[in-house]
Amino acid sequence: MNQSHIKEEIVIELNNVNKWYGDFHVLKDINLKVKSGERIVICGPSGSGKSTMIRCLNRLEAHQKGDIIIEGTPLTNDIRNIEVIRKDVGMVFQHFNLFPHLSVLDNCCLAPQWVKKVPRKEAEETAMKYLERVKIPDQALKYPGQLSGGQQQRVAIARSLCMNPNIMLFDEPTSALDPEMIKEVLDVMVELAEEGMTMLCVTHEMGFAKKVADRVIFMDGGEIIEENDPHQFFDNPQSERTQLFLSQILHN
Amino acid sequence: MLEPVYSPAFKKHPLQWIQINLFYDWFSSVMTLLVGYLLVSFLPALIDWIFISADWFGSSREDCSGEGACWVFIGARFDQFIYGFYPPEEYWRVNLATVLLIALMVPLFFENFTKKAWLIAFLLIGYPVIAKILFAGGVFGLEQVDTEQWGGLMLTLIIATVGIIASLPIGILVALGRRSEMPIIRWLCVSFIEVMRGVPLITILFMASVMLPLFMPEGVSFDKLMRAMIGITLFQAAYMAEVIRGGLQAIPKGQYEAADSLGLNYFQKMGFIILPQALKLVIPGIVNTFIALFKDTSLILIIGLFELSGIMKAALNDPDWLGFAIEGYLFAALIYWIFCFGMSRYSMRVEAKLNTGHR
Ligand SMILES: Nc1ncnc2c1ncn2[C@@H]1O[C@H](COP(=O)(O)OP(=O)(O)O)[C@@H](O)[C@H]1O
Ligand SMILES: [Mg+2]
Repeated sequence: MNQSHIKEEIVIELNNVNKWYGDFHVLKDINLKVKSGERIVICGPSGSGKSTMIRCLNRLEAHQKGDIIIEGTPLTNDIRNIEVIRKDVGMVFQHFNLFPHLSVLDNCCLAPQWVKKVPRKEAEETAMKYLERVKIPDQALKYPGQLSGGQQQRVAIARSLCMNPNIMLFDEPTSALDPEMIKEVLDVMVELAEEGMTMLCVTHEMGFAKKVADRVIFMDGGEIIEENDPHQFFDNPQSERTQLFLSQILHN
Repeated sequence: MLEPVYSPAFKKHPLQWIQINLFYDWFSSVMTLLVGYLLVSFLPALIDWIFISADWFGSSREDCSGEGACWVFIGARFDQFIYGFYPPEEYWRVNLATVLLIALMVPLFFENFTKKAWLIAFLLIGYPVIAKILFAGGVFGLEQVDTEQWGGLMLTLIIATVGIIASLPIGILVALGRRSEMPIIRWLCVSFIEVMRGVPLITILFMASVMLPLFMPEGVSFDKLMRAMIGITLFQAAYMAEVIRGGLQAIPKGQYEAADSLGLNYFQKMGFIILPQALKLVIPGIVNTFIALFKDTSLILIIGLFELSGIMKAALNDPDWLGFAIEGYLFAALIYWIFCFGMSRYSMRVEAKLNTGHR
């Protein structure tokens, strides 16, 4: 695969990251470096810690041991660091998490207006630009409850993009969608990848992984088991656990 | 083409409506007949007593025949029911404050009025000052009227309005505090709620009027009405806090996470995302608390303030008008009901308007 979109600069760095929920060791010595522009797909069985790992990257969850450094800023309890990082890292959730009491346009304008102090008019222009990119500018004045799942997820992507993030995290963005809507969301994500966005994507969409991923990471039991380029990963998995997992998702 | 099929509930024919709604099975038929019988046997007598045989005009009890209600009593005491012991030559001040309030509120009901936020700010900050000056006087050449002289419906409305406006923000703060991550704040808020909820309002009012002055330094007196308002407000704020906490708990975790991931800080997250949704969810509970507060104002009688029901009680003890308790309490009940029903209806309108088709 053409690697020219990847820059040398390392934007995400995890060094021996560990996390526990009570006694339960969810993340075990995670090490990962992501370069600017890199597209990473994370897969693995349910409960393996994929969500927990990417949620640690914008401090929706706190890790307890090891270092997470995002664009040179270490994630600690320091609220200022957290604010800096959150401004630069967008996140798209499995269940969209749009704000149901705000119109699509307001969903997109709120954070730029209040976090980045962008004037309303400019925020609206940016919002419309991204709503066009995700192909739903005509829904701007509707409320999330009036849209289909696929449209809601595209609004959620636009909402994150309105903050002009350098990094986008996706946590199973298509797994709550009906099959006929998956493609419209994946198409938007592919376009985003082609524009050079740094992306970390938890997904089991193999087509998507093969098309855009620079690396596929396989997690199981809180550990990174295997890491490879997508073709190697799918055609020639190294570990037994990966082989088992792949055979399971291929059967469905 | 297929004919549209309506669900049975939508069939329009009146006979069908009667059959489905009143005589659906033997149980509903029996209930219909029973309720029908009660209505037929009591309603005419009641209507006769209230309207037809009632005496409406006059000035003393001699004008009442005794066959129906004696509304003359209400007419003769009407001013007192509204203004309490406020000096009659100063009634215009109360009227002016009322007219001003209504005039200021009218624009809020127009969709295309754009300065709503400013108007609301004025209503919350500017108007109370004007109203206080008008009611209490003592400045600008207005004769001073002590709060002891305030009474009747006017006093009910003053206490209820202040209580309603103040208990909501206090309730919100306490509810947020109860969910705070700082143990001291959480502990303070829980104690506040448990103390206020665990004690009858009457006790709180008593303590506010009897005990509070004991702790005050010598010579510092603190208006009785003010104490009553603080007591009622804090009491209902505790209930309000629990109602709002219920709303906060109903907001999915994903909403907090989405707000966090966009970089909103705590106040932005609560103010723009969580509270608007939580408050909307609990509008019925909030209005319930408002209505309870409105009716609780009647308890301030025990600390010697005569709001609507208190002044009614006093009027019923007047030797000239003994024996008109039914008329008096019916009238007072009607007034309370009008305001409480109004709040209930208004809240339904607000709820319908805020509905954005989510779930
Ligand atoms: N808030 C939590 N408290 C306790 N355990 C949790 C919590 N969140 C997740 N877990 C557990 O951590 C493990 C990893 O969860 P998660 O990261 O969501 O997995 P994945 O996204 O790979 O399915 C699971 O076993 C899950 O039950
Ligand atoms: Mg997950």
